[in-house]
Amino acid sequence: MQVTQISVFLQNTAGRLAGVTKTLGEAGINIRALSIADTSDFGILRLIVDKSEEALKVLKDRGYAVSKTEVIAVRVPDKPGELSTILSLLEGTGINIEYLYAFVGRSGGDAVVVFRVEEPQRARVLLSENNIEFLDEDQINKF
Amino acid sequence: MAKRRVENLIWNRARECMDREEKQQLQLEKLQETVRRVYQKVPHYRNALQERGIGPDDIRSLADLTHLPFTAKQDLRDNYPFGMFAVPKSEIVRIHASSGTTGKPTVVAYTSRDLNNWAELVSRSLVCAGGTHEDTIQIAYGYGLFTGGLGIHYGAERLGATVVPISGGNSERQVNLMRDFGTTILACTPSYALHIAEVARESGIDIRELPLRAGIFGAEPWSDNMRKKLEAETGISAVDIYGLSEVVGPGVACMCQAKEGLHVFDDHFIPEIVDPVTGEPLPPGEEGELVFTSISKEAFPIIRYRTRDISSIIEEPCECGRTHTRIQRICGRTDDMLIIRGVNVFPSQIESVLLEIGETEPHYQLIVDRRGQMDALEVLVEVSEQMFSDKVRGLEELGQRIQHKIVSLLGVSCKVKLVEPKTIERTSGKAKRVIDKRQL
Repeated sequence: MQVTQISVFLQNTAGRLAGVTKTLGEAGINIRALSIADTSDFGILRLIVDKSEEALKVLKDRGYAVSKTEVIAVRVPDKPGELSTILSLLEGTGINIEYLYAFVGRSGGDAVVVFRVEEPQRARVLLSENNIEFLDEDQINKF
Repeated sequence: MAKRRVENLIWNRARECMDREEKQQLQLEKLQETVRRVYQKVPHYRNALQERGIGPDDIRSLADLTHLPFTAKQDLRDNYPFGMFAVPKSEIVRIHASSGTTGKPTVVAYTSRDLNNWAELVSRSLVCAGGTHEDTIQIAYGYGLFTGGLGIHYGAERLGATVVPISGGNSERQVNLMRDFGTTILACTPSYALHIAEVARESGIDIRELPLRAGIFGAEPWSDNMRKKLEAETGISAVDIYGLSEVVGPGVACMCQAKEGLHVFDDHFIPEIVDPVTGEPLPPGEEGELVFTSISKEAFPIIRYRTRDISSIIEEPCECGRTHTRIQRICGRTDDMLIIRGVNVFPSQIESVLLEIGETEPHYQLIVDRRGQMDALEVLVEVSEQMFSDKVRGLEELGQRIQHKIVSLLGVSCKVKLVEPKTIERTSGKAKRVIDKRQL
């Protein structure tokens, strides 16, 4: 159960992010989650969208450097300490987290946490053994 | 490894494979005739020769060439527009001119015999590139006052090839016609060839599956690495054609299928390499400024023209059988050469680093600035799809790797900045590789 994340290279100048969101908006693509990693010179925009293949295509057509990455998305109860439980599990087995970001769904109640880890297979096994619920793209879109 | 077989097509075997001693005799006679003519017909040359106490009869051997005065671009500007012409205007059938972005335009002229010779030299070049009368040649050099388009055009017609005079620009159309007309040879600047390949890729056309098989690229300096990359990406055989309007236009020299330097058509132009500072002649193999003397031109003869291009002479005859003097491909220009903190830097060196990294499209720009007393070099590199990573660390490491290589090659520190695709200016003409903001 994998989720496709789209990454876009952005240079640190005014209006670059707006350009991407405008392109997606005009193509009728909805952004479900996003995060930006930035340095003084450039940024990487990471997105989960409802139509990832289309998003990839429109962004490429506009000349952006884009890539897709398979990430893991899990459901986490929206309560203190829940994220910590998951992180402790990963930490305990020495699985490195490259990055993560989270969002709360339309109905509230639960949150979605998106991960990129160094060893996705091991992480998956570990989390499912501990009854953590994975989400697929459809579920994220409805979340 | 067995020696590579070289396709041995030669356009004008009698002249191009001429015995070298015979050629020197021919060169001497034509040089004497040229000097005599400019002395009689062009006041600028008569004055310059008289200042040095030289008359037309003082050229007794080819070695006497070095006693003749140099001609610089400024001399052509000072004699704007027609002061350097050696024939009455009624005999001139064509005029070309440089854009004149850095001053008055440089104006050059051709008699009908000049055009005839020029077409012959371009035919020789196209045959060097592997062309025959069976080819369809797409000419994506600009047509007009620039010598590129019309220069290649008449040579391609002389060869008997099918000419597609599309001129520069409109890259999608270039790709479409290339496919629809079955173009086999592309003629343009190397940076524009890369651009066309990029546009083809974006429209889902694989150039390697088209009939295109060769490219004849020039009008800007490029590197052997870039040639190999172009060849690998497009599946064609690419050669470097050299020329400048002051000497004739494209077709002064061209690379053959051996791809070891460029053949100078030395039955029409005598090449020399001189020290760019002292003007002293340099021996074969040594790098310096390329200087040309025309020995067959009627309308616009030129004596010892300082090209500002840097090259060196290869004396050994080429394995292809042509006996011309060869030059190494141009590795920069004396006025394009950057001196950064006392170190000579050529944009083509940065390019070779980027290609060596293997992951980068060679779209880059050097920005030189002076902060306090120190020069600062910043290299902008466009992030291509294949080098892009969703991890910050991956991109930072790539930037550092490029930076390390540049520092170790040039001995100059620099800052590498990754930028978005297509943000570095490129046009159908020459790529803008350097922005020098220093007020020196």
